[in-house]
Amino acid sequence: MLKNRIIPCLDVKNGRVVKGINFVDLKDAGDPVEQAKIYSDGGADEICFLDITASNENRDTIYDVVEKTSKKCFVPLTVGGGVRSVEDINKLLNCGADKVSINTAAVENPKVIIDSSKKFGSQCIVVAIDAKKNGDKWEVFTHGGRNNSGIDALEYAEQMEKNGAGELLVTSMDRDGTQVGYDIDLMSKISSKVNIPVIASGGVGNLDHLMDGIKLGKASAVLAASIFHYGKHSIKEAKDYLDSKGIPVRI
Amino acid sequence: MNVTIVDYKSGNISSVINSFKEVAKDKVTIEVTSDLNKIKSSDKVVLPGQGSFKSCIDALNKIKGLTDTLSEFAITNQKPLLGICVGLQMFADIGYEETETKGLGWISGKVSKIDNQGGKFKLPHIGWNEINIVKDSKIFRDIENNSHMYFVHSYEFVPNDKKVISATTDYSTKVVCSVEKENIFGTQFHPEKSDKFGLKIIDNFISL
Repeated sequence: MLKNRIIPCLDVKNGRVVKGINFVDLKDAGDPVEQAKIYSDGGADEICFLDITASNENRDTIYDVVEKTSKKCFVPLTVGGGVRSVEDINKLLNCGADKVSINTAAVENPKVIIDSSKKFGSQCIVVAIDAKKNGDKWEVFTHGGRNNSGIDALEYAEQMEKNGAGELLVTSMDRDGTQVGYDIDLMSKISSKVNIPVIASGGVGNLDHLMDGIKLGKASAVLAASIFHYGKHSIKEAKDYLDSKGIPVRI
Repeated sequence: MNVTIVDYKSGNISSVINSFKEVAKDKVTIEVTSDLNKIKSSDKVVLPGQGSFKSCIDALNKIKGLTDTLSEFAITNQKPLLGICVGLQMFADIGYEETETKGLGWISGKVSKIDNQGGKFKLPHIGWNEINIVKDSKIFRDIENNSHMYFVHSYEFVPNDKKVISATTDYSTKVVCSVEKENIFGTQFHPEKSDKFGLKIIDNFISL
């Protein structure tokens, strides 16, 4: 039976982790490679790096991080943030990323998704959707949540599946950072609309939220950051909890 | 000993390279090449594959003499070869992804889309799933039945002779996920991304 995936996400800036595990025994708390290794050894089903490097001159730092991590971690590695073109995707894959998540570029230039999924296969193309509720619908935001494209998130999700996305990483901007749980309504609506797997993101504060994302939100995978980083819960605790609630996970 | 990972410019093979180098350490040389002479002289060959069946076959055919060299290696000389994902699928006679495409024909059968029961199951089949080992395979030495492996695919290899199947996995149907026919091995899952157990399978292949 296919298992639901638990994916810890690390924010990386200028090649350093800015929001990550806060353990005292870490040799170098800012080293993304060391942190990713802790997660994969702890049973993470996948590792996600979100590159939040703002300046262009430091953009290349992520390639070095991905290259080093992929030599130490033998679980899938997804990398996103600032991916603009087919060439950017190519570079990340060559460095050892298994999947690349694309946000703004997928909205601005749908050809990036069409071309890259043809060239590298849908299996490595993840479209990241940042959605915010407006009345009775959700709108897609770009540029790290700064710009409202006005596009309906449900229609957009369907379109991205057609364009060749292999997975959708759906983040509720209303919930992100709030720790009150995923936007279940958004997740389940998108998941029912498309036939590709949905990764739920944004808002996890406790282990029940992970369960809700899978059970009620119909997500195939759940992504979380803070509950794992600050030692609140280990990946193993999360999996044992989900297992005790009858949710299929890899133990 | 040396193991060659065939680089035929299709898809992303860096994870395959990293995992083989990790397992091989200094005891085995890992070559990454499409050079025909190097392939001929290697002890073992790994055939990775990402993207569609058609794009992989097209990429193989683009390199003059490559399919003949691989057939000579695996069929005539019966040296060990491991196909991963689409690398395994290409063993078939025919594939139906994008359009009908002729495969290598090493293990008789076809590659068709997983029956997802009219949308009841998501495709691609992405994530960790258990393997049901149905035949003693050399690459499963010290691998427990029901171990988890990482999958990502929408198409499956359906061999005519069921005796070649070494493992299946339960999704919408029983999906063939590993084959062994004499010196030819294949996994539909990605051992290079399947953590400790995946690396063990790679080690088993290298140690054959």
